[in-house]
Amino acid sequence: MDWGFILANTAAWLLMPETIAYAIATVGLAVHFGYGGLLNFGQAGFMALGAYGYAISILSFGLPWWVGILVGIGASVIFALILGLPTLRLRADYLAIATIAAAEVVRLLFQSVIFDEYTNSADGLGGYHAGFRAANPFPEGVYGFGPWVYNEQELWVRVFGISLLVVCLVLVWLLMRSPWGRVVKGIREDEDAVRALGKNVFSYKMQVLVLGGVLGTLGGVVLSLPSAVVPAVYLPSLTFFLWTILLLGGAATILGPVVGSLIFWLIMAFLSVFLPSMAENGMLFGISGIQAGVLRYILVGVALMLIVIFRPQGILGNKKELTFNAR
Amino acid sequence: MGLTSKALAHKHRTRWLVVIFASLVAAMTLSAIPAAADEVNVDKYDYIFSGNVKYNDEPLEGVTINVSGGGYDEDVATDADGKWKIGVPEKDKYDITLVESTLPEGVIVSEEGNDRVTITNEGATIEAEFGLTNTKAVNFFLGEGVREVTSFFDQFVERVINGLNFGLMLALGSIGLSLIFGTTGIANFAHAEMVTFGAVITLTFGVHLAFPIWIAIPIALLLTGFVGWAQDVVLWKPLRKKGLSVVQLMIVSIGLSLGLRYVYQFFYGGGTYQLPNPGSAKIQLLGPIALSVTDMVSMSVSIVVLVGVAYWLMKTKTGKATRAISDNSALAKASGIDVDRVVRLIWIFGSVLAGLSGILWAYFRPGIKWDMGWQILLLVFAAVVLGGLGTAFGALVGSIIVGLLVEVSTLWVPSDIKYVGALSILIVVLLFKPQGLLGRKERIG
Repeated sequence: MDWGFILANTAAWLLMPETIAYAIATVGLAVHFGYGGLLNFGQAGFMALGAYGYAISILSFGLPWWVGILVGIGASVIFALILGLPTLRLRADYLAIATIAAAEVVRLLFQSVIFDEYTNSADGLGGYHAGFRAANPFPEGVYGFGPWVYNEQELWVRVFGISLLVVCLVLVWLLMRSPWGRVVKGIREDEDAVRALGKNVFSYKMQVLVLGGVLGTLGGVVLSLPSAVVPAVYLPSLTFFLWTILLLGGAATILGPVVGSLIFWLIMAFLSVFLPSMAENGMLFGISGIQAGVLRYILVGVALMLIVIFRPQGILGNKKELTFNAR
Repeated sequence: MGLTSKALAHKHRTRWLVVIFASLVAAMTLSAIPAAADEVNVDKYDYIFSGNVKYNDEPLEGVTINVSGGGYDEDVATDADGKWKIGVPEKDKYDITLVESTLPEGVIVSEEGNDRVTITNEGATIEAEFGLTNTKAVNFFLGEGVREVTSFFDQFVERVINGLNFGLMLALGSIGLSLIFGTTGIANFAHAEMVTFGAVITLTFGVHLAFPIWIAIPIALLLTGFVGWAQDVVLWKPLRKKGLSVVQLMIVSIGLSLGLRYVYQFFYGGGTYQLPNPGSAKIQLLGPIALSVTDMVSMSVSIVVLVGVAYWLMKTKTGKATRAISDNSALAKASGIDVDRVVRLIWIFGSVLAGLSGILWAYFRPGIKWDMGWQILLLVFAAVVLGGLGTAFGALVGSIIVGLLVEVSTLWVPSDIKYVGALSILIVVLLFKPQGLLGRKERIG
């Protein structure tokens, strides 16, 4: 077993675009669920809108890359409004089912042959990188050390992603300690009490849904920056992974999503090499390498169950700020 | 006639969806409406397809040729000499389709004379590519004959029957989900994995261990019931006692669903497997109604079981207790009903029904795959919400509607978005009648 390779591969995931993208999207989920108490299980749909909004704007309409991001944001604002209108008045578990269904509708439409001209159906989109790469401020070269060695483009994707993540974190931090944030948290704790104070609960919930959705969209953009947009990525499983990350880190915390995403991806990356190499060396009771690769997804499911049962506030969370009392 | 109206309806619907899609993503400009002339885009593009449509050396006028590929889609009609010409933007492969409904009666594209011609409902298609030059002649050889196309009505009847079959299957899966929700408040995402479980265990016993199928299926149902029982003993009852909220329980079920799905993939791999005799021949019964033996057995089994469930719920003591708990759990407990015992029965019973629907679905799809249950879970939820969460009969009605909708909608929309309609219904129902068709208003709380 090549421990050097396993550890280097694991460490590389500390700064992978996926890690950053999942963290950004999970910050959005934290706004939805951790602060607003909204059970959004359609974050994959918001991410898909970001990724496709970005890619289609560039490929089909020749817009600049930063306009592509704005188009993605616009699409997800509209999606949040359409989605929130019927569902925000409903009980929490209805909202969960409705959002997961809406996200699937988005994915199926992107994947369908009907819009092949724009979406390239199941094959997905690629080759929209020119604009983003041209905006790269880093000169050509090799940067970094150890497992974190990048060329100027890889560096630019990471720097852009991390900057975006920091902006999102600061924004959410500022918002949640503002009067607006206190109302939102009040709605999470007791909707009727906030309504009795004369606040328009529906409107606040809608703003929360839009804000979290836009963060999900930015996550989708970052996910699509390095290579391609493939519809099969935006399955409900993606949302479930984000939920695992959120609950692992702590739902009602600023840094929980970042910590959760790092732990999630480091463990996944470690196991993706460790388990198959164990299997090859016959240390896993004769199971094959492919089966060993599947094992880690079983672990994600088990981990999600265990966190919700035994530590629902997550690693960084405070038990007093527990958001599962919604009925 | 039925052919053209279908093609038109399809085109129309497509453009309508495009409009919605466009407003969703950004303001987009729609592509130009296809013009029908004998020379299309010839000056605009450098690469030209052309051809000559003749039957028995007589030119045919007004025959529609469609050229599509790489996002390009244009129609051209033949002139008085039977000639057509069309320009395309790139030197690439294109599908050239002769729309057969525009040919005179009794004339079709002959399959012998043409190489690489494929016949679809729209017409005959040849995949054409440019050689060294920028022009390419594409000719269709015509022959005498009548294209056997299923009329719109026959297609409709076929879809309705398929939809009914699928709906009955969904009903078996959704009654368990609805009863579990009614008695325990859990929106149980792991119910999908019971559907898959029934199918994969049948696969193990019926194919891998080569038991006769009439032994393998009862074994699978027994084991599914056992897993339902074990779930309640090991997981759900302790969690109820621990006092987890319904939202926590729902997320636990999502975790369980995710884990179990990959357990199936671990043991069965990512492929699709068939049970013995998956597709038997269709037998013409009455007019356009044709059913295979498997379909008939499957539908009869569904109906018999569903009638049994209805009898059980309405007439037996346990059935009445189940409905009492769904209505008001605390009151049911106070009047001496052993809630834990009934809930456990519901877990066993709901799982067996889900397993049965999985087995029947394995024949209907056909095939068994590790995530097959997950594929219909949202349809099951749509059915249950449509009928009214927590009501068994609502689940039945909702399932039939969803099943019919999914199958019949394929007459107008491509089959890769056939689930979209059902999922949209889920959201629309929540907007206008969140308690569902048969639910009572107070349930939403």
